[in-house]
Amino acid sequence: MTRLLKEISASDPLSIAEQKLIIDTAIKENKERPGAVMLVLNEVQGKIGHVSPPMQVYIAHKLNVPLGQVHGVVTFYSFFKTKPRGKHTIKFCLGTACYVAGVPQLIEKAKQMLDIDLGETTPDGEITLEECRCVGACSQAPVVVVDEEVQGKLKPNKFPQVLKKVQKPS
Amino acid sequence: MAFYRSHVLVCVDPQCLAKGAHEIVDALQDEFVAQGLIDEIQVLETSRIGGCSDGPEMMVYPEGVHYHGMTADDVPFLVEEHFLKGRIVERFREVVKPVVDEELGPLRPKEVRVVLRNCGEIDPNNIEDYLAADGYQALGKALFEMTPDKVIEEVINSGLRGRGGAGFPAGKKWAITRQVEDNPKYMICNADEGDPGAFMNRRVLEGDPHSVIEGMIIGGYAVGASYGYIYCRAEYPVAVETLNIAIKQAREFGFLGNNILGTDFNFDLEVRVGAGAFVCGEETALMASIMGKRGEPTPRPPFPSVRGVWGKPSNNNNVETYSNVPQIILKGAPWYASMGTERSKGTKTFAVGGNVVKPGLIEVPMGISLREIIFEVAGGIKDGKKFKAVQTGGPMGGCLTEQHLDLPLDYEALTQAGSMMGSGGLVVMDETSCMVDIARFFMDFTQAESCGKCTPCRVGTRRILELLQKICDGLGEDGDIEKLENLCHEVARNSLCGLGQGAPTPVLSTLKHFRHEYEAHIYEKRCPAKVCRPLIRYEIQAPTCTGCTVCARNCPVEAISGERRQAHHINAETCIRCGICMQVCNFNAIAVES
Repeated sequence: MTRLLKEISASDPLSIAEQKLIIDTAIKENKERPGAVMLVLNEVQGKIGHVSPPMQVYIAHKLNVPLGQVHGVVTFYSFFKTKPRGKHTIKFCLGTACYVAGVPQLIEKAKQMLDIDLGETTPDGEITLEECRCVGACSQAPVVVVDEEVQGKLKPNKFPQVLKKVQKPS
Repeated sequence: MAFYRSHVLVCVDPQCLAKGAHEIVDALQDEFVAQGLIDEIQVLETSRIGGCSDGPEMMVYPEGVHYHGMTADDVPFLVEEHFLKGRIVERFREVVKPVVDEELGPLRPKEVRVVLRNCGEIDPNNIEDYLAADGYQALGKALFEMTPDKVIEEVINSGLRGRGGAGFPAGKKWAITRQVEDNPKYMICNADEGDPGAFMNRRVLEGDPHSVIEGMIIGGYAVGASYGYIYCRAEYPVAVETLNIAIKQAREFGFLGNNILGTDFNFDLEVRVGAGAFVCGEETALMASIMGKRGEPTPRPPFPSVRGVWGKPSNNNNVETYSNVPQIILKGAPWYASMGTERSKGTKTFAVGGNVVKPGLIEVPMGISLREIIFEVAGGIKDGKKFKAVQTGGPMGGCLTEQHLDLPLDYEALTQAGSMMGSGGLVVMDETSCMVDIARFFMDFTQAESCGKCTPCRVGTRRILELLQKICDGLGEDGDIEKLENLCHEVARNSLCGLGQGAPTPVLSTLKHFRHEYEAHIYEKRCPAKVCRPLIRYEIQAPTCTGCTVCARNCPVEAISGERRQAHHINAETCIRCGICMQVCNFNAIAVES
């Protein structure tokens, strides 16, 4: 397994001292706790934003579990991403109430404005569009989550204002 | 404990935070210090007060004055007027709370709050607030006045049933876990509230976390467990944070840890966070996830009560079930059993959403009818439209119609009608919802969330979705309905866990009650509710159109043309039927035809 760790690209979090420290700390703090795989992955995903294949190898190695288990967990849960995301994420709630209240129209508008599909990141690495499961703000439907902030009762013609807040001034 | 003459509660839910709630809190603190009031008045942060669209918001007790819409610059004025001169500042006062746009407002007609009694009333991040509301008294009563068997007996007698949706008697489950001779035992709290359209548990976790923790400790005492896990979904970061604070405080006060309240009972808790998998709400999958594995269900038996997390007996209940327990112990089983129907006791929380006037969170006694919930508690259908269907029980539940509106809310009655109680999502639909599209929406959800372990669910849900998509696209053929029905029965019968077994319910229930809509899609190539894109077209009504150009500017494909102040026109060739124009039109000039 360690053989896989020999060639890691310079852009991988494992090659960046700061981020490697995050990974190592997460491993150190949770190693002895039962069910450590999920705990470490949640920590790493939360702080770095993705779990790249080399990171999976590294975590499996350090926790002394099969790589298959780590990779299996990463690919099973929708929160774990294997590729880096944009600086900002706009998530569209696909809960029932939001769906009925018009989230599909909002998605259409966003796709048109940024010229990317759901799950994709703009070429400048700034904004990622994603769908997400019900965030439980149904009385605010339709809802989008910009980074961590919930924006409710959004009509398509108000979407450009939401976008403006996270877009780089050009 | 310090005594304050007045308490100021500032709402710090995401919306108010965005409008500067923290700045308000800081400004209040500074001003109270400056005016020498800091020992008399306490500033607290609380979760939602209600009507956050006009935030930031705060409540002043004991007067019960609700202020909103102020900025940090207004705070010195407000403090001087209200707290020094004792004059209410009418400018910021919220007299009538807004009815729309609130999760949990004042008590609505017919509401009875047991689980939600403390939400919005106390500071969830301060255990002393919970203690002041009789918190942890039930724990004391259980530990000092009751044997574990007596606690179980009390819960059985109360008639409390699993609020996660399946409705297994909570006391009986505890008794089973207690009887298993294996140690250690675990208490599990299922806070993986994944049903779209349901947020009852989030509200309890964010507004009154100690009630859940106390319920789990009492349960731990009753079944003989010494450790517990609360499995919370990752979509609820605020709930996770609130729970962690609450657990820490409970430990400091000696309600968690070794020798609780000086007895020889030991119990501790931790929060485990999911990572976005709906199937983890299934108990065996949830336990796999706690153990750091893929959240795949395993066949039952063995039931978790016998062999659960780490192979040990684990008692699994939902957030709402646990938060009922302290009240039952404190007020007694007869009090709880006095509410509800013969077989379903107590109250139930619901998240009412969809096309109603007053969406939001409610708690009603069991036995109330759906009609009362929709038309009295939730204020009826929005915009004067006609009621069409109500979806209960989330993606595994069914759609009920006009004819079911007078059914009493009861586990058995809902199951008999072809739906289920579920965890409490209630989505009301009016005549503008297409039932085939709704069935497709739910199947899209379950298909994506199927864990893939068993074939009927993995392949079956996919095939059902394809058939529904085909019908929505206007490509349905004779025989598709029958094919759909057969497939649904197969998937329901042969799937391993509740997800697959319940996945076809939305399809079967809409087929049963709205078969004519399926037939219209297939045989007439028509969508009666005018929703399914390939079967509809948008048109601008020339006489009503003012030529304001809003639609043309918002059209994603530039299909709308026309001069300013002249009636516009939609080019049917380029139109993708997204409906944005209709949503943004301020003059109702756009009509949809099928």
